[in-house]
Amino acid sequence: MTKHYETVFILTPVLSEDQVKEAVKKYHDFLSEKKAEIVVSESWGLRKLAYPIQKKSSGFYQLIEFNAEPNVIADLEVAYKRDERLIRFLTISLDKHAVAYRERKRAEKQNAQKA
Amino acid sequence: MAQTDSEIRYLTPINVDVKKKKYCRFKKHGIKFIDYKDADFLLKFINEQGKILPRRLTGTSLKYQRKLAKAIKRARHLALLPYVADLLK
Repeated sequence: MTKHYETVFILTPVLSEDQVKEAVKKYHDFLSEKKAEIVVSESWGLRKLAYPIQKKSSGFYQLIEFNAEPNVIADLEVAYKRDERLIRFLTISLDKHAVAYRERKRAEKQNAQKA
Repeated sequence: MAQTDSEIRYLTPINVDVKKKKYCRFKKHGIKFIDYKDADFLLKFINEQGKILPRRLTGTSLKYQRKLAKAIKRARHLALLPYVADLLK
C-alpha cells in the first residue's frame, strides 16, 4: 500500500545554482530508486527565513510530493539528517482532503497559465 | 429633590452593540484542509507576537482549531512563520 507524502526541505544559501540542482536531483534519484512515484517537484527558490537557522537568514526551499511505501520515509529522513547541505526538513503524509486540495490548486494554476 | 426621575438620560444614545455571532470559517466555506505553506492565511489566526489565537476569539470549531494549530506549528518549523515576533502585523 502506497501513501501520498509531501516533503519540504531547506538547503543552505551558500550553495551555487548547480549545487542546489544536484542536491535536488540526489533526492529525486533516491526516491526513484525506492520505487516512489514523484507527483510534483517544486522549487520555491531562495526565500527569507522567518527566523535564523544555523545563523543563516535565507535558504532554498524545495517541495517534493510523491507516492511511496511507508518504510521509505525512515530511510529518506536518515539521508536528510546525514546531509549537511540541508538546514531544515519536514515530511508529512497527506490525507484525502489534502490530496484533493493540492489537485485543485494545480488545476487552477494550469488554467491560469493557459489564460 | 422634587423630581425623582429614575431614568438616566444620555446626551448621545449609548451603543448597545448587538453581539455578532461568531462562526467557524472553515465550516462555513467548506475548507477541509489547512495548508501550512499558506503563511498569509495563517497570519489571520495568530496575534502580533506570533501566538495562536484562542477559539473563543476566532470562533473556529474544535476540529479545525486542532488542524489549524498543527498547520501553524508546521509553518513555524519551516521558518515560514516566526516562533516569537514583535509587531508582526
